[in-house]
Amino acid sequence: MTKITSVADLEQCSSTCTKCLEDKLKGMDDKRHIVLCGGTGCLSSNSKEIMAKFEEVLAAKGLSDKATVNQVGCFGFCSQGPFVKIYPEDTLYRMVSIDDVEEIVDTDIAGGQIVERLLYVDPASQEKVTKQEDINFYKKQRRVALHGCGVINPEDINEALGMGAFQGLKKALSMTQQEVIDEVLASGLRGRGGGGFPTGRKWQFALNVEADQKYVVCNGDEGDPGAFMDRSILEGNPLGVIEGMMIAGYAFGASEGYFYVRAEYPIAVNRLKIAIAQAREIGLLGDNILGTGFKFDCHIRLGAGAFVCGEETALLNSIEGKRGMPRPRPPFPAIKGLWQKPTCVNNVETLACVPYILREGAGKFAEVGTEKSKGTKVFALGGKVNNVGLVEIPMGTTLRELIYDIGGGIPNGKKFKAIQTGGPSGGCLTEEFLDEPIDFDNLVQKGSMMGSGGAIVMDEDNCMVDVAKFYMEFICDESCGKCSPCRIGTKRILEVLTKITEGKGTMEDLDTLEELSKTIKTNSLCALGQTASNPVNSTLKHFRDEYIAHIVDKKCPAHVCKSLMQYKIDKDKCIGCGMCARNCPAGCITQTDYLPEGHKLASYEIDADKCVKCGLCMSNCKLKAITKE
Amino acid sequence: MAKLNAAAAAKIEEICARYTDEKTPLMMILSDIQNEYGYIPLEVQELVSQKTGISVAEIYGVVTFYSFFSLEPKGKYVIGCCLGTACYVKGAQNVIDKFSELLKIKPGETSEDGLFTLDALRCIGACGIAPAVSINGKVYPKVEVGQVAGIIDSYRKEAAV
Repeated sequence: MTKITSVADLEQCSSTCTKCLEDKLKGMDDKRHIVLCGGTGCLSSNSKEIMAKFEEVLAAKGLSDKATVNQVGCFGFCSQGPFVKIYPEDTLYRMVSIDDVEEIVDTDIAGGQIVERLLYVDPASQEKVTKQEDINFYKKQRRVALHGCGVINPEDINEALGMGAFQGLKKALSMTQQEVIDEVLASGLRGRGGGGFPTGRKWQFALNVEADQKYVVCNGDEGDPGAFMDRSILEGNPLGVIEGMMIAGYAFGASEGYFYVRAEYPIAVNRLKIAIAQAREIGLLGDNILGTGFKFDCHIRLGAGAFVCGEETALLNSIEGKRGMPRPRPPFPAIKGLWQKPTCVNNVETLACVPYILREGAGKFAEVGTEKSKGTKVFALGGKVNNVGLVEIPMGTTLRELIYDIGGGIPNGKKFKAIQTGGPSGGCLTEEFLDEPIDFDNLVQKGSMMGSGGAIVMDEDNCMVDVAKFYMEFICDESCGKCSPCRIGTKRILEVLTKITEGKGTMEDLDTLEELSKTIKTNSLCALGQTASNPVNSTLKHFRDEYIAHIVDKKCPAHVCKSLMQYKIDKDKCIGCGMCARNCPAGCITQTDYLPEGHKLASYEIDADKCVKCGLCMSNCKLKAITKE
Repeated sequence: MAKLNAAAAAKIEEICARYTDEKTPLMMILSDIQNEYGYIPLEVQELVSQKTGISVAEIYGVVTFYSFFSLEPKGKYVIGCCLGTACYVKGAQNVIDKFSELLKIKPGETSEDGLFTLDALRCIGACGIAPAVSINGKVYPKVEVGQVAGIIDSYRKEAAV
């Protein structure tokens, strides 16, 4: 690898790499290029083995010089993985298995024909779609933070350079520190981790403080259960985040950066390590970067499984080798942060947007979005929705567009019930809010929040009291214990919710919940506690009737709460095959004397007192004669 | 207090020595020890204290704060059931309940034969393939209650070989 020591070197290297990447994507090098998704979802569906199989089959057929095989970052459309894409035609195959490899090589690589059966089928029109850009899931998306993800090989700095890496930094280094901050302020970029604080203002605070050492910290402690955008960005284009961190460092005068990444993300950590090593080797991290005298280096720190470490002051304590408990603010980290030095803590996605702003200009970034929330936001769309995956959409897109146009609606003809945004700090929004535009302030006003971008869709089979209890269990577990409103209050809420889901609740409990919520919200030390009661508040507000059904009717309308539901066999539908009884772990299913008309065997019944409600009988019954009541 | 054997003591000293240039190395040292041995018992914490000058009380505080650090040894196979929201709404609770029932251990416990530890994980970011179960790093996608017995059996067989 040749060193890049000046702006001219970078220019030359970038143009070579850009040409190389374009040749690859457009097939100018007379080769076919097979790329596979290397995100966590696809890797767990054997994408690595599929990649090895491609190499093996190509070699066996003497095609190794005609086609290359590479892995790229997350394609985002996780529910349809693993993906295989063929350049230059841009053909996208989905749900590929090892057994399909030979056919793809024979038919497509050697034969030049498309393997029709592996194409994505649009659920609405039933038509097969060949190219990624024509799939509805991708049509409304716009990639800023996810720039390069799913296109470049994240373990090869040359491909990143071919996609414009370090052009933003180059621009920044030609400006004054204040000019860089002004540009970021003009773009309207706000913290993507959920807080929504203007990034430029944070940097300004840190710039205004005199200190011998300052730090940039990248918050990659993505703890919101159901969110994986930071993971995918780090896995798909780690250099983009490093570049963002360097620009931040230049803007307020930090020469060192720390990545704090969850230990649950081994692939992201590994790619980040590779990217840092490559950037150091090529001279883009270290002293005198691009010959401008700017000095910067970065390091990785791993989390150890504590949700509260996503809170910036707790995160700083964790890097300092302490228990991850929040510090009282002020002083804010921008004044006294890591090791008491001025520190800006920015989220992964925020930093990933920064190179784009510098490269393309603040105006371009602010082209999309709403008045107070500019740019795009990445959402991890999950739960009961057809197209599960990662989507980057302009701020202001409506919830309906997100769930139905991009997400493809609710599977199995079920009815939409709620969308939960913002994770354990957020809330649930119902059907009446579907046409609300998504941005920082609007969702807060409606009783939820955008948060870091988790968006979990729930259908009629989800019990909202149970969901509130789920989040409260999470918060109880993760509360660091430092302040009593959060430590004791969340435990009390959980007790009340448990009581209600067991059918032992009273109407007074609802008042207790509201009172506890208020106390925790106003008296907790950090954002974890201050927002802890949001899931309870929003479900109480929008689904009060479900709480009442649990309390008064002793029924769980969604048949989720085990104490309030039972399994029943429809004695006339049952053909007496005995599948349920043989598989019942509690031995509570027995044959009756009742012989339905036209059947050869007597039907079965469940002893409700002995039943452990595992649901195995229902999943084993081929006739669907077993139902929940 | 049980004594550490010489080899283990040497290894831990070596781990502590990796980070002498770091300002606050405790988390990194503990992560390495956890990865190496699967747990961080008191006698190891005492040794780390001697090497780093950090008090045992403080080390114990950190070890017990983070869920990745364990005071007890874990099983040969660590079964992590993701209980993130996306997995939860798709029935992950039933999956972990089934593991719990078949292995006769609660989440956080290790089976008597030392073969299995059952953990409830916070989101592992594999929401596209919910509910997900991760066993010693291998991720099982879209796990159904009916598959659980088969998964356990496959590891029992592997262990018997």
